[in-house]
Amino acid sequence: MQVVISHLTKRFGSRLVLDDVSLTIDAGETVALIGPSGAGKSTLLRSINGLNTFDGGEIRVGSHTLLPNRSHHACGKTRDVRRVFGMIFQDFQLFPHLTALQNVMESPRCVLKLGKSEAQQRAMRLLERVGLADHCGAYPMELSGGQKQRVAIARAMAMEPRGLLCDEITSALDPELKSEVLSVLESLKRDGLTLILVTHEMGFARRAADRVVVLADGKIVEAGPPHQVFDDPQMPRTRQFLSQILM
Amino acid sequence: MRSVTFSILLMIVGGVSAARGDSPTDTGEAELPPLRWGADAEGGAPYISRDPKKPDGYEGFEVDLVVALEKELGRRIEFVQYDFKNLTAGLDRGDIDFAMNGIEVTPDRLRKFRLSRPYYVYTLQLVARADESRFDSLESCERIGPEIGTLEETAAARLLENMAVTKHDYGNQVEPYLDLEYGRIDAVLLDWPIAQYIAKPRPKLKFVGPTLSPGLYAVAFRNDRESLAVQFDTALERLAKSGELRRIYEKWGIWNKDQEQLSDDDALNKFVTAIRESDKPWNFSRYFPDLLRGAVITVELTFLSMFVAMFLGLPIALMRLYGPAPMRLLAIVYVEFFRGIPVLLLLFFVYYGLPVIADSPWLRLGPMVAAVLAFGLNYASYQAEIYRAGIASIPIGQWEAGASLGMSRLHIFHRIILPQAVRVILPPTTNDLVALFKDTSIVSVIALKELTKEFQIDAKSSLMYLEIGFVTAVLYLIMSIPLGYVSRYLERRWGKGR
Repeated sequence: MQVVISHLTKRFGSRLVLDDVSLTIDAGETVALIGPSGAGKSTLLRSINGLNTFDGGEIRVGSHTLLPNRSHHACGKTRDVRRVFGMIFQDFQLFPHLTALQNVMESPRCVLKLGKSEAQQRAMRLLERVGLADHCGAYPMELSGGQKQRVAIARAMAMEPRGLLCDEITSALDPELKSEVLSVLESLKRDGLTLILVTHEMGFARRAADRVVVLADGKIVEAGPPHQVFDDPQMPRTRQFLSQILM
Repeated sequence: MRSVTFSILLMIVGGVSAARGDSPTDTGEAELPPLRWGADAEGGAPYISRDPKKPDGYEGFEVDLVVALEKELGRRIEFVQYDFKNLTAGLDRGDIDFAMNGIEVTPDRLRKFRLSRPYYVYTLQLVARADESRFDSLESCERIGPEIGTLEETAAARLLENMAVTKHDYGNQVEPYLDLEYGRIDAVLLDWPIAQYIAKPRPKLKFVGPTLSPGLYAVAFRNDRESLAVQFDTALERLAKSGELRRIYEKWGIWNKDQEQLSDDDALNKFVTAIRESDKPWNFSRYFPDLLRGAVITVELTFLSMFVAMFLGLPIALMRLYGPAPMRLLAIVYVEFFRGIPVLLLLFFVYYGLPVIADSPWLRLGPMVAAVLAFGLNYASYQAEIYRAGIASIPIGQWEAGASLGMSRLHIFHRIILPQAVRVILPPTTNDLVALFKDTSIVSVIALKELTKEFQIDAKSSLMYLEIGFVTAVLYLIMSIPLGYVSRYLERRWGKGR
């Protein structure tokens, strides 16, 4: 299922956050969005899931099309688009009043209308996959950051999406906890999921991404395979950004 | 004592209890000894006094009544002179079979004696000298600190004991009026028939103010003379209903409208019951049921009002949070209005104001409904703000997480936001509930007797402000403290995971 972003424009007041951005992402591809803060990476990612409105252009996700200036909240079509991609947030956003298992079960139960035992089986399978089967009864406050993020991944996977949108999902984690989250992502990639990541983990981007897209000031500066972007950047803006984060 | 021995003797001789002197008359009238009637003829007009025309005779409305009773009972009654003060002692001793001499029905006598069906409704009348100008009623006479004469051991004497007056007790009912004429005392308070008979014809005296404190005269028996008393009850009922009583009282000039109750069984029963209950001692078992009844009203009022407030508050909060601009404005106006006006004013408006707007039974609310509505409307404004703050305290990321999982907004609100908001909402809501508990005390203005009102009534009657106040406070605490515990329990229960 292809994602085609064409001429996307987004303003916050007078500031142009996304300036005529076009990008096509193929099914099964892993794309890392990198760039300085304020470049519009998160806005682009959230637009794909209908969490942002935008002012110009369009986004096609498979057969669904998102158009500018629509409030995506109550729109049934947006809910279909959201079924294609799951979303993982930097600050987890687990439901604090539910256990890990209940967090994962909630949407299969209430959106997919699965029976309780079926939803529970699915949730347990996913928790096992992220290595947290023995924490299924724990509330989010009882979990470490890395564990929380893995529950969040399991929760998104419970809707059986075709891909995941990951918004700086390791930024809030201690270095030693990042790897447990990233290894889960790598295994999902091997399963053929489309992954679109906003990330500052250059090592992971280099190792796991099929393509690296550099965003600065609302524009795509450069895009290409990781070795090309990291080792032989063509654009001065890319070189400037890379030298800053490597310092 | 003699009569008991006599009865026992008769029982042995006759072999049947029907032979006792106070039994139905089927053993033959001639065999029964006359009943002994105790009364005080000394200065006892118009009740009983010596007949000036016959040296050994007596006259008075009670004498006439006894004659009528003789006829009804088919039995002779003989008069036994007994000092008024000692009449009841004479009953106890068995010197007399019954006492009838303006004996008032009092709670005390109801306990100690068997009182017959009442035969007269008395009131009290204040009498002063004709030239008296310092007062025109019992209350206004209290101001001058007067000396007031009365008859000892009477209702009038008991009434005066609780007043700021100097009371003079007399042994008969003529002397006080004489002393009043002579200027030794300022007024006389006595039973209206006495005033009517003795004071009315005297030009130097006048009636002051309305008649007071109605009461009843009845015939007194010892408790073990039940069957005799029953015969009197029946006889008196017949005399009252046949108009014979009225004829006697009119002859003596003491008939008035009050006497119409004598032939009304319900009215008499109610009257006697009221007297019996008027003198329960003020102790815990007397005031506590009142307080409990008030507490039930308080609890009902509080929970019904809170239910209305919680129910009404939610849509207002949602309108303000998520509604379109005009609805948001409406919600803000509601909250500011009902939060800004005193609930007492609202209560007056709902209870007294609504029926003025339009004469519809829908607007003439009962006190409970009016109170629940007023408190509900008022507290809904607080609840709306509490809900709003609670809901707004849940990060927007929770909405986004739910949305990215494909949940509908309603679903996110109901399953994700509300359960988390409840924890924030709960403590201030409990606070409001406890505040409401105490606020309900103002409903006494619309005649709803809740706990504080019951306290006021009983404390005022008994003057036991401290004790009843303490018990009332304990009742409030018993009800409000558990609320805090329930709240903390719910917070823990729903507070899992954070």
